[in-house]
Amino acid sequence: MITVNGREFPYEEGLTVANLLQKKGYTFKMITVKINGNVIKKDEYETTLIRDGDNVQVLHHVAGG
Amino acid sequence: MDFKVLKSFSYQLGKIIKGYNNRSLYINLNDYSIGEKEVTEMMKDKFIGGKGFGLWYLWNAVTPETKWNDPENEIVIATGPIGGITQYPGSGKSLVVTISPLTGIPIDSNVGGFFGPYLKFAGFDALEIQGKSKEDIVIFIDGDNGKVEIMDIDTESIDSHLIAHALTDMFAKNEEDKKNISVVSAGNGAENTLFGLLNFSFYDMRRKTVRLKQAGRGGIGTVFRDKKIKALVVKFSNTRGDLNYPHDIELIKKTGIKLHKEIRDLDDKQNQMRKVGTAHLIEIMNEYDLLPVHNFKFGAHPDTKNITSKVFKERYFTQNMPDGCWYGCSMSCAKAVDGFELKTGPYKGQRVTVDGPEYETAAGVGANLGIFNPDFIVEANFYLDTYGIDSISFGTATAFVMECYENGIINKDITGGLELNFGNEKAAMELLHQMARGEGFGKIVGLGIKRMKDIFVREYGADREFLNDIGMEQKGLEYSEYVTKESLAQQGGYGFTNKGPQHDEAWLIFMDMVNNQIPTFEDKAEALHYYPMFRTWFGLNGLCKLPWNDIVPADNDMTDNPAKVPEHVQNYVDLFYAVTGKKIDAEELIRQSERVYNFQRVFNIRMGHGKREDDKVPYRSVGPVTEEEYLSRQERYDNQLKEILNYDIEGKSIAERMKVLREYRESQYEKLTDAVYTRRGWTLDGIPTLEKLKELGMDLPEVVEVVKKHLG
Repeated sequence: MITVNGREFPYEEGLTVANLLQKKGYTFKMITVKINGNVIKKDEYETTLIRDGDNVQVLHHVAGG
Repeated sequence: MDFKVLKSFSYQLGKIIKGYNNRSLYINLNDYSIGEKEVTEMMKDKFIGGKGFGLWYLWNAVTPETKWNDPENEIVIATGPIGGITQYPGSGKSLVVTISPLTGIPIDSNVGGFFGPYLKFAGFDALEIQGKSKEDIVIFIDGDNGKVEIMDIDTESIDSHLIAHALTDMFAKNEEDKKNISVVSAGNGAENTLFGLLNFSFYDMRRKTVRLKQAGRGGIGTVFRDKKIKALVVKFSNTRGDLNYPHDIELIKKTGIKLHKEIRDLDDKQNQMRKVGTAHLIEIMNEYDLLPVHNFKFGAHPDTKNITSKVFKERYFTQNMPDGCWYGCSMSCAKAVDGFELKTGPYKGQRVTVDGPEYETAAGVGANLGIFNPDFIVEANFYLDTYGIDSISFGTATAFVMECYENGIINKDITGGLELNFGNEKAAMELLHQMARGEGFGKIVGLGIKRMKDIFVREYGADREFLNDIGMEQKGLEYSEYVTKESLAQQGGYGFTNKGPQHDEAWLIFMDMVNNQIPTFEDKAEALHYYPMFRTWFGLNGLCKLPWNDIVPADNDMTDNPAKVPEHVQNYVDLFYAVTGKKIDAEELIRQSERVYNFQRVFNIRMGHGKREDDKVPYRSVGPVTEEEYLSRQERYDNQLKEILNYDIEGKSIAERMKVLREYRESQYEKLTDAVYTRRGWTLDGIPTLEKLKELGMDLPEVVEVVKKHLG
């Protein structure tokens, strides 16, 4: 199990940041991804693996309006 | 065109000093008197400019009994001290303030176009119009020659696309001179509804046509026509980047260059404001279940694919180049459709330029009405603008009557034959034309949801409670186009606004619903303090909100608080100093806003509104009103009942579940209200305390007098 934005989410082997965003339907571009408090750069979403127990934050920033 | 000058007034041209002319222009249409007023140090210290000046002038013009159509009501237009600079994106905004026909309290609207900056360069920090003319007039401010004229001009029509063109042609010496003209106008719809808007023009040198930006909310255009104003025209011919005579122009340039580079390098990877403007939100809101569909019942629809920004970009927006509504704005989010052939209405068959559509229009007249036809959206956008009708109020009010129609509350006899089912674009378009003509059922819808609820209960025996639940208005203003059911913070983001449910104070849905960053009431209250105060500041200074956070620095992720965009906050602190010479920091910036925000709250209270009772919201914005809505998100709602409330749903009907969910959600809103009022320094009835007013330096005698009456 991992935590995504404070809520539990099932872990699976080989889960990358990009996979997670797709599974959660997080399509918005203006986001910051942190794993255990460390910011992941956008060009590393495809290659960064999430480990079981990780605390992932996907912070969507306000836009528009 | 035939014209007659009814009154002429000459004034000395002046020079702006550090962002201020230190005078404003006052016109009374009762007797056509025209004069100057001093802008005092007190006004600058406590109200800064823009809507701050508008609220202060309006406070002094009206009494608690003043109604929107009383002669003493005013329309005040002002930019702010920073407004008119050309080095930093988004610095050409005008703020318009009046007592709203919809709400009975002050409304403020922030609009692009050239009028505000030209008014300032012509010599005035604000234009204050009071009184009512007996005949249709045009007010012309000649900033080149120091002259103001009230004129009787025989125009073909008051619809904005015609009158703005006609007056631009009339007052410009030649094609080159047209860029020096800006026209403010309304239209036939503004005259015949209570949600009329004002169009502010700017001349597009590439398209060789007049473009229109809208001060949309709250019926300012209706007040404008009630005063029998056809148009305001300002002319100023020598626009330069240093006309604000700022304290430190090098600092402005340095700050501006930094942001121009960000926009150039990053916009394409971020929101693509230069390519599609705010339309990019259509698909995002749909993907996150936040796009209003069928009067805010649902948050998404499969047919949204037909009205995405990609569709507008590929099939409608023309020129495909960055397009701004004030000089130097590299964010350039204005978009237009050229050569659009109209299929309905009085201008059927004509090819026109349409400004937009922006997100709110596409969501309001498209998805919320169940209409996913981009041709309809562009055509409605054109007519809404030229008729001077607010697309948000039109969309939300029409969605309301469509739901009433589908529920049998109203029928074809009442609508004059219009089959107002969701998705009926022909009926929706006819309703719009009726509004402009002041005829038929369009005249009723044009009164807005609050008044329609009364009519439907009184005349047709409708269930008041149901209408209160589904009628998406608060304080009399129609909601703008976001679904808030799953974000308590944004329910408050709309509910606790000063003017009514418009999203320009706070948009917290991602921070709350998606990010789960503000889980406690105190967290939400902090956000509902900081963001409304921060965003109020744009309206005090003549600025646009979009360059704050629709583009962010590359390293924004690494900052302590990316949502606030700390580097851009510092830009604004620097800009204020660079223009006015007054040193502020990020905390003082918030205090500047707090002063005006609390003043506006007290103004509402003075007008008989603005307390806790007025901050209640329709249940449609909080949770599912109907079983259909519950079932559309059943898993989510069932889980909430089980996990949060420990409620055993087994064997319980949907109606029973809805009742428990409603009690819970409504109690959450009440708790949020307590937390927000406490954070803002208000009593639990929503009244700013004397201590708070003193702390802010807003304990003006007239303000204290109002508050004391209500503190008991």
